[in-house]
Amino acid sequence: MQTVLSIAIDALAYGMVLFVISIGLSVTMGLMRVVNLAHGAFAMIGGYIASYAARDLGLAYGFAVLLAIFGTIVIAVPIERLLYRRIYGAPELTQVLMTIGITFCIIGIANYVFGPTLKTVPLPSELQGSVDLGFRAIATHRIFAILCGLAVAAGLWYAIEKTAFGVKLRASVDNAAMAAALGVRTEIVYAVSFAVAVGLAAFGGVVGAELLPVEPYYALRYMVTFLVVVSVGGAGSIPGALVACLLLGAIDTTGRYLMPEFGEFFFYLAVIAIICVFPRGLAGRAKG
Amino acid sequence: MTMTTTNDLIATAPARRRFGGGDLAGLAVILLVAVLGYFLFPNNLALLTRIIAAALLVLSLDLVTGYCGVATLGHAALFGAGAYAAGIASAHYGINDPLAMLAFGIVAGAVAGLICGFVILRAHGLPQLVLSIALIHLFHEFANKASSWTGGSDGLSGIAPTALLGLYEFDLWGRTAYVFGVALLAVVFVLLRLIVRSPFGMLCRGIKEDPVRVRSMGASPKIALTKMYVISGAVAGVGGALNAISTQVVGLDSLSFTMSAESLVMLVLGGTGSLFGALTGTVVFMFFEDVVSAANPFHWLTMVGALLIAVVLFAPKGIYGTAAAFVARRKEAQ
Repeated sequence: MQTVLSIAIDALAYGMVLFVISIGLSVTMGLMRVVNLAHGAFAMIGGYIASYAARDLGLAYGFAVLLAIFGTIVIAVPIERLLYRRIYGAPELTQVLMTIGITFCIIGIANYVFGPTLKTVPLPSELQGSVDLGFRAIATHRIFAILCGLAVAAGLWYAIEKTAFGVKLRASVDNAAMAAALGVRTEIVYAVSFAVAVGLAAFGGVVGAELLPVEPYYALRYMVTFLVVVSVGGAGSIPGALVACLLLGAIDTTGRYLMPEFGEFFFYLAVIAIICVFPRGLAGRAKG
Repeated sequence: MTMTTTNDLIATAPARRRFGGGDLAGLAVILLVAVLGYFLFPNNLALLTRIIAAALLVLSLDLVTGYCGVATLGHAALFGAGAYAAGIASAHYGINDPLAMLAFGIVAGAVAGLICGFVILRAHGLPQLVLSIALIHLFHEFANKASSWTGGSDGLSGIAPTALLGLYEFDLWGRTAYVFGVALLAVVFVLLRLIVRSPFGMLCRGIKEDPVRVRSMGASPKIALTKMYVISGAVAGVGGALNAISTQVVGLDSLSFTMSAESLVMLVLGGTGSLFGALTGTVVFMFFEDVVSAANPFHWLTMVGALLIAVVLFAPKGIYGTAAAFVARRKEAQ
């Protein structure tokens, strides 16, 4: 029973971190139809900035998180303007090559600037230790990660379903040309959602630094995981991504707990099985 | 209207000369470069043999990516399968004849190709890509865990190929391995040239352009692509076996994501959809890698990344494709 509970909590926390990082990827992929392999690299940049701010500059955790989000957006927006814009609508192979090139560059630069060692983001005292729920003590950080995930999910749901921007965003996802013809400035929608996606990636990278440790090869190591979430959930679908994250988080964590030596193996096997059964993702629609 | 053009394409293909003068010239260029390499870098034949093994992998990738339009980041699975099969045959079963090891590599590569093709061809677009990445990780994990067979992360050692044809020992300088590699590359090149020009090859190109139309013509895209995947696996298996025979060790890196990604980089650098493009890209990339990583291993990844971005932005057809287009334009102008 104890094991089941700790697996459940860890799986939930891990799934939520995955969700925060990959939801941005899912939205941009649904919107711009770009296979963005560099998304994990942006999460990694966020982790590095937060680590630098909190450890070397001694800033408070909250400031470090904000700095990481804005710093990453500042780095990513020029990349979008200069490189990504050229591959909107290009064949997948071109997009893969461009974004994997960007990933390699970021890894190389991170390795050069920060060195190959693991970086930690020191937690404030409120998030250390554990909370006693009466029958079981749970690490506070896990609860924090889960709450962050829920907050992001709720915030995004509100922004997409209830606001004017959300209407424009959904219109652009469904049919960009028609939305543009009706007066939606898709350029701005693209830019804003790319910035939000990158910001969320950075936020997830910082919050999840305990679960997905920040190091130069972060971007490659978890690239698959993030892409898997999107393709399992179906690009552009928030509920799909949430379900996919929880499912994959559960599979991965259970595998690690029960069969540590075969954990990864079952994770990839499950991914292949899910995609073979649902080639368009759990909540996928026919591609327009 | 469009139907007739597709039919023409298939009807005229066998009528054309199967192996023309251009192909002979290409073969001559390959052999010439090989001879030049032998005399220019007599102390670095191991590198040249590695380039040939990589070239076989890239040719094999070109078959599915360039000719069939399947985007995959997991092609090293086929290469690694060939390498491990040849290595295991020698290290565990005492089958040390290089040609027999080669046969094991080809069969294992083809089987891996069948499995990968079966899985990867089930989806399109992003899910296809994710499937290919998941597959290469699955192969990698499997080889890592089955360490009693594969040696795990220590690598598979104890491979001791006997003399080639009973006559030529594999010497310390790698001369035999190099000549063996060049011979394999030449044979594979001629065979692939015939395959991509055959009606079957044309069918695969047709599938890349428009699978729906091919299906409405009565051909099954899936069966054709699976066949191509098996052929591609056999070619990659040749490369893997050559690598196992020449280096006498098989490491987990031959089944890695990085290797898959690098082979794709080489292909795109040279130019997809052309066998010469695949060869050009491999040679340029491997030499570049040798020089840069010797000078500064830290910046290697950054350089590869920058190179990739530059190719996508400025030479999307790759080196060979751009050069060929340039020559064609010059001819038209005259």
